[in-house]
Amino acid sequence: MKISPSAKLASSATKGARKSVGAKSKRTGRRSPLATVSLIVVGLLTTGGAYALFTSTATAETSTSSNSQATVNEGKKLFAANCATCHNVNGSGTEAGPSLVGVGEASVDFQVGTGRMPAAANGPQALKKPVQFTNEDIQAMAAYVASLGTGPSEPETKYLQANGDTAKGAELFRINCAMCHNVAGAGGALTQGKFAPALKGVTSKHIYEAMLTGPQNMPVFNDLNITPQEKADIITYLKYLEKNPSPGGFELGNLGPVSEGLFIWIFGLGAIVAITVWLTARSN
Amino acid sequence: MITTTTTTESQPTSYAEQGNAPVRPAKGMKFMGAAANYVDERTSISGLVKEVGRKIFPDHWSFMLGEVALYSFVVILLSGTFLTFFFQPSMAEVTYNGSYVPLKGIDMSAAMQSALNISFDIRGGLLFRQIHHWAALLFIAAIGLHMLRIYFTGAFRKPREINWFIGFVLFILALAEGFTGYSLPDDLLSGNGLRIIDGMVKGIPVIGVWISYLLFGGEFPGTAVVSRLYSLHIMLLPALLIAMLGAHLLLLIINKHTQFAGPGKTNNNVVGVPVMPVFAAKAGGFFFIVFGVIVLIASLFTINPIWNYGPYDPSPVSAGTQPDWYIGFADGALRLAPPHWEVVWGGYTVSFNILVPIVVLMGLLATVAFYPFIEGWVTGDKREHHILDRPRNAPTRTAIGAALMTLYAALWAAASSDLMATHFKLSLNQVIHVMQFLTVIGPFIAFWITKRVCLALQKKDREIVLHGHESGRIVRLPGGEYIEVHEPLTDYERWNLVSYNEYEPLMVRPNARGVVTPIERIRASVSGFFFEDRISPVTKAEIEAAHHDSHAEIDGGPGGKH
Repeated sequence: MKISPSAKLASSATKGARKSVGAKSKRTGRRSPLATVSLIVVGLLTTGGAYALFTSTATAETSTSSNSQATVNEGKKLFAANCATCHNVNGSGTEAGPSLVGVGEASVDFQVGTGRMPAAANGPQALKKPVQFTNEDIQAMAAYVASLGTGPSEPETKYLQANGDTAKGAELFRINCAMCHNVAGAGGALTQGKFAPALKGVTSKHIYEAMLTGPQNMPVFNDLNITPQEKADIITYLKYLEKNPSPGGFELGNLGPVSEGLFIWIFGLGAIVAITVWLTARSN
Repeated sequence: MITTTTTTESQPTSYAEQGNAPVRPAKGMKFMGAAANYVDERTSISGLVKEVGRKIFPDHWSFMLGEVALYSFVVILLSGTFLTFFFQPSMAEVTYNGSYVPLKGIDMSAAMQSALNISFDIRGGLLFRQIHHWAALLFIAAIGLHMLRIYFTGAFRKPREINWFIGFVLFILALAEGFTGYSLPDDLLSGNGLRIIDGMVKGIPVIGVWISYLLFGGEFPGTAVVSRLYSLHIMLLPALLIAMLGAHLLLLIINKHTQFAGPGKTNNNVVGVPVMPVFAAKAGGFFFIVFGVIVLIASLFTINPIWNYGPYDPSPVSAGTQPDWYIGFADGALRLAPPHWEVVWGGYTVSFNILVPIVVLMGLLATVAFYPFIEGWVTGDKREHHILDRPRNAPTRTAIGAALMTLYAALWAAASSDLMATHFKLSLNQVIHVMQFLTVIGPFIAFWITKRVCLALQKKDREIVLHGHESGRIVRLPGGEYIEVHEPLTDYERWNLVSYNEYEPLMVRPNARGVVTPIERIRASVSGFFFEDRISPVTKAEIEAAHHDSHAEIDGGPGGKH
């Protein structure tokens, strides 16, 4: 059977994740990382025939969520009151906002949990602002959105402890993230007023969810592209940067040569010129 | 008021000669005298000491900028020597195992590893790295400011045109030193910088690819470039820099120092303090102040955190990747070039988006390098000039300087277009378009505004010379007329305002063979461009006339010729 490599990767990733939900931990609705990894390997080796079977199994299993119907109903009300204007009453999207079918809990938790949603205005991208809802409300809306269609759920806490491999995380960060977020996570510009935000102070959970769901203009880094453990490594590196200030002294915003150049012209040369004026001043 | 020693360099009455007088030497001096005599009899150095020791330095803060550059260079040499003890200019692949956790176990070049070891595992290494880098930034910034001072005061005029050119070569050598040094640690930032240079070189038609392969010893990045840049960085370029610096200082002594117009200051003397002993003491102290400022900055502020950038790998490029400030104008020129500005001729791609920026940069640098010769040709002035111009008294030159500065600043600022977009919450595309506009139109606007401001300031000076300062005191004359009393200038003030050169547009005249050459026509029209709008300095007759009927003259009198 003919299938493009990327599509194969993506679908086997979904399949691996879904399978683990069913096999290992039906009670919590969480999946184990080892199961995911091993199933990814299996998934890469299986034939196209096994594919179709697995995919249908996975679809069947996604409805097994820990969210009670009451939570979903509560979320539905909140959604209708706060989100439906742009995302439509059934979450299918309008011209003003995309469809939320299949974006998953992780997406809602990131977008609403960082204050980006509900968006204050139309713009190149929704800006971070004070969070508008309680955690309970966010969970309820997440449950409702998750009930609309299969999507990534919130990460397991064991990936959020920032105790992974710093060096590996740093390397992955440089290769996958630094082109927009800057090597030190200081943020950077994108086209037409869009930008990649600075990563200092962002919680581990939100970093993980951002990689998983690709909010705003960010691409999705699914679990095959960057495995959960690798995501944990990246989080470890970012937390290392937060906890360990530069050994060289003040960082000047970690913006590289521009802030260094501004500094030397304004403060370095400024101080020197002030001294020359003082040296050549005549005493009264 | 002026307490400095006044010395005319052409007729010295000096400290050295007074030393020869039969004064009974103190105890320690006897040995000193004998030692000096011993050296002098074998080297005849006294002539040199006499000449150099009596060089006069006028006292003005802006005359010390070149010194700042010199002292930063000394700091660079000292700190750089320390770094060479530990740096390995090799691109051999090694696995990092030093003490910086986020890079442990990562493969990198030996150059990057040794740069990290200098930063984390060698005592004082990080301080020295930061001193070296901050001093390099200050070095080139001081050169830039020094050049601006020379330009805007006209200090490059005869007999100093050649020294200006040597100074320009020093500036280019400093840029080359900076760029080669920036590329040595083989971190992500320096690799990206090299890739841009590689791209620019490859954009040159026909020879570009050959040069690139020659430079990198094969396809970029290869395994040779770091050691090659290292040889340039610590051998050839510093040697050239020091040689040029020697020539620069020698000409400074031979030409003597310029000075601003002032009482007692003429084109034939230099008023100030001699090198020995006052200036030498001051300068020695100043060296340590500059050194101290650099060390203070280096100990407090991170520069080039290579540990964040990680080892060079051709695939990642960090957001906010910029060259050091002095290469910024070249980076900005590339950023401003419209995309897709390419044509395919006979199967070969010609990249105007690379070639046009290169041509603009070369044009800018060539104008700077040859400006003294251009202006000398336009004015036809063969006299020596040792008295500096106030910028307003050379409106066209000042305006050209402002235009070139605007062009440079627009290109320079464009190199940080992405940071302007994020920090001022603008669209990156809009920032680029505004900078493109400023690059093309900005210099003309700056030229026009600067020239008008200079002429207006000259008019103001003229008013003050003729009528004195406005005192704000209104007096009613017996006839009922009201006038404002103007306070006359002192002779010193007036001298400062009236002593400047005036040039007039050249008339086209036939040469000895009775022919008007095309070159002569061009020269006349350029001269017209330079000097058509001008305000003449006030003449003695005008001042006297103004004194005779000072109150009657409100807006009459011979004003500016236009």
